[in-house]
Amino acid sequence: MIQVWINGKEWQVPEGLTMIQAMWHTGHEVIHGIGCLGGVCGACAAVYRMPGNFRLFNALACQTLVKEGMAFSLIASYPTQRAHYDIEQIPDAKEGLFTLYPESATCRNCNACTEVCPQGIDVRTSVWQAAFGDFKGVAETTMSCVMCGLCVSRCIAEMAPHEIALYARRAYGSRELPFPENLRQRMDSIEAGTYDEELVRLTRLSADQLKTECGAK
Amino acid sequence: MTVENPSSLNPYDNLPAFDPGEPGSFSPEEREELLRRYYPDYRPDRKATLHVGPNKGEVLPDEVASILESRSILATEGLPAVPSSPDIEVDLLVIGGGGAGIMASIFAQEAGARVLMATKLRVGDSNTVMAEGGIQVALGEDDSPVQHFKDAYRGGHFTGDPELLSVLVREGPEVISWLVKKGVLFDRDPSGNLSLRKGGGTSRPRLISAKDYTGLEVVRVLKEDLLNSGVNIWEFSPAVELLQGPEGSCAGAVLRDVDNGSLKWVKANAVLLATGGAGRLHIGDFATSNHFGATGDGLVMAYRMGARLLNMESFQYHPTGVIYPSEMAGMLITEAVRGAGARMFNRDGKRFVQELETRDVVAASIIRECEEGRGVRTPSGHHGVYLDLTSIDREMGEGTVERRFPNIVKLMGKHQVDCTKQPILVYPTLHYQNGGIASDTSGHTQVEGLYVAGEASGGVHGKNRLMGNSLLEVFVYGRRVGVDAAREAMSRKPFSWHEVNLGHVDRFQRDLEKEFPGTSRPEAPILFPDYRKHPHPARS
Ligand code: SF4
Ligand code: SF4
Ligand code: FES
Repeated sequence: MIQVWINGKEWQVPEGLTMIQAMWHTGHEVIHGIGCLGGVCGACAAVYRMPGNFRLFNALACQTLVKEGMAFSLIASYPTQRAHYDIEQIPDAKEGLFTLYPESATCRNCNACTEVCPQGIDVRTSVWQAAFGDFKGVAETTMSCVMCGLCVSRCIAEMAPHEIALYARRAYGSRELPFPENLRQRMDSIEAGTYDEELVRLTRLSADQLKTECGAK
Repeated sequence: MTVENPSSLNPYDNLPAFDPGEPGSFSPEEREELLRRYYPDYRPDRKATLHVGPNKGEVLPDEVASILESRSILATEGLPAVPSSPDIEVDLLVIGGGGAGIMASIFAQEAGARVLMATKLRVGDSNTVMAEGGIQVALGEDDSPVQHFKDAYRGGHFTGDPELLSVLVREGPEVISWLVKKGVLFDRDPSGNLSLRKGGGTSRPRLISAKDYTGLEVVRVLKEDLLNSGVNIWEFSPAVELLQGPEGSCAGAVLRDVDNGSLKWVKANAVLLATGGAGRLHIGDFATSNHFGATGDGLVMAYRMGARLLNMESFQYHPTGVIYPSEMAGMLITEAVRGAGARMFNRDGKRFVQELETRDVVAASIIRECEEGRGVRTPSGHHGVYLDLTSIDREMGEGTVERRFPNIVKLMGKHQVDCTKQPILVYPTLHYQNGGIASDTSGHTQVEGLYVAGEASGGVHGKNRLMGNSLLEVFVYGRRVGVDAAREAMSRKPFSWHEVNLGHVDRFQRDLEKEFPGTSRPEAPILFPDYRKHPHPARS
């Protein structure tokens, strides 16, 4: 058994549990601060300290094992400003960033966002990529963002780097990348009714006939 | 809970030499026999016959039967009286905030309906966000919606609904195009086309993906658009019961605010169930890859109201869920790794199934290896087999795993498994509800005013789903049912709140008492799995 502090209270739990499992083990009901339990939804942001270490750490509670002496709390929700927009209607995608998130050009390079990110994203770089209009770069840098909001909790310029990144990724996909040709062609042939007759014929077959027609790869 | 001592019991300590020799393929008879003996759906143990409700007489897994033949959680002290007026009146109530619910809400709002979305956790907390592998859409030159139809129908063992399937394959490209225009970043090939990859059971490469973050990438975008759409959203407010209106129709729902326990009465011209799957029932004690809220709430409520369910004996046990380290139990390793060339080995280092067989055949083969003593034992006493990704890098170039499956590398790495060098220990995990509430191509259930979309519905996939078809279903049917339900809701004949009641719940409970005299039935919907009182075996 190891000793941990959950929301400031001391508990004994077995080794090998995640923070969330340690909360269950000690009888906590977790409803805020839980989602996928698979490390992708960002619901379970947590902050923790280790004994004898002045540093503050952050993690996803569903993915992080408790250790002897760990003191942790969930940050189930971190208040964030989010812009209202329709990505297809923004007149100029690059300028749009500064209209929607004027603060995105005010990064003070402290790097706290990068240090805090549980996904290991170089968040500071993504903020600069966005400010310089390199939205493709943002997309590559931030693909694994789970929108947990931990970067917001630390940013001394009070930005929401993950929202800025979301805008930049969407602007890149929607406004900068050409529409995929293979998708356009397939849509054209669908609209021209190319497959309708055959699909209708298939749905009208008897179960046995359909089985025969679909049986082979 | 088992305390592990990794130093003494680490299953990585004595890895066998892996023999690359390819196993033979199964004859149709062998496949059938394998499935019958080892696939959980077909085994006779842990099943119950339903005594009450529209599917009376059917044999289903115990855990499913137990939530269907259950008492209302509102009836603990007798059903509450309907208040004199509802808390809110809308055209369409969408229950569930995953992929299908979000699509439905956005499109219903756009169609002019007053929409309320009620969801149990946050918007986006769902199985959709967890989907790693991709979406099937027939874009290849040698491919077509017709070929997609045939693959899906064959993959579903010829039990899928052809009408539902034909809509799925026909509307797929259009809905993907909508997502692309919203800025969803699917992987591209060098010429700018959407990259197409192979998935199990299909005859053509047809999977589009966003690395192994496909669900996350789509949900991030959809969630933002939903929040910007003006749809009224109530989070942490699960539905606990549907409301009955004139002639047994659906007329709204009762929600419970989980923070203060208060009930919210919603009058709605139409209710759309987008409540997703049921993996958290841990059928047969399997671990699950599903999100925390996947407790089949929609099935329970719809069943009480008389909606027939389809194929509820059929679940998908994804072959490759992590089984060690045990704190990760249930986490999925996408089938795309096998598409890319990953191999599976038993304790003796032998391959035992062709890795791109359909999911059920691969899962049954793994269960067979473990039950016949050729599995690898984990410190907590479970068994699994090796899933080795290193062949991908050997065959497709150093760094391929890292580039294509960054999420898996990251998650396994957090638990000290470097899957670019070491195999992953896997065992089937309860992944997908193949069946669900029966519906037509507009999402109509058998109850007027009640609609369904996404994993909660049954029929599209029949008794087996191919990778990438469920994500497609969620978007195609989320949109389609959202629009159809909105239109019908706006033109529904007006009815008064005085005609609204919980009569169907009362009736169902009386039927239960008749069939199970003197026994107390469990209460459902479960809403949240409780791992405090009953630590689950596979997770402990
Ligand atoms: S970038 Fe910010 S929101 Fe995204 S995962 Fe990192 S800390 Fe969380
Ligand atoms: S935390 Fe804020 S100010 Fe500091 S580097 Fe990141 S974006 Fe810039
Ligand atoms: S619960 Fe989803 S990331 Fe932890």
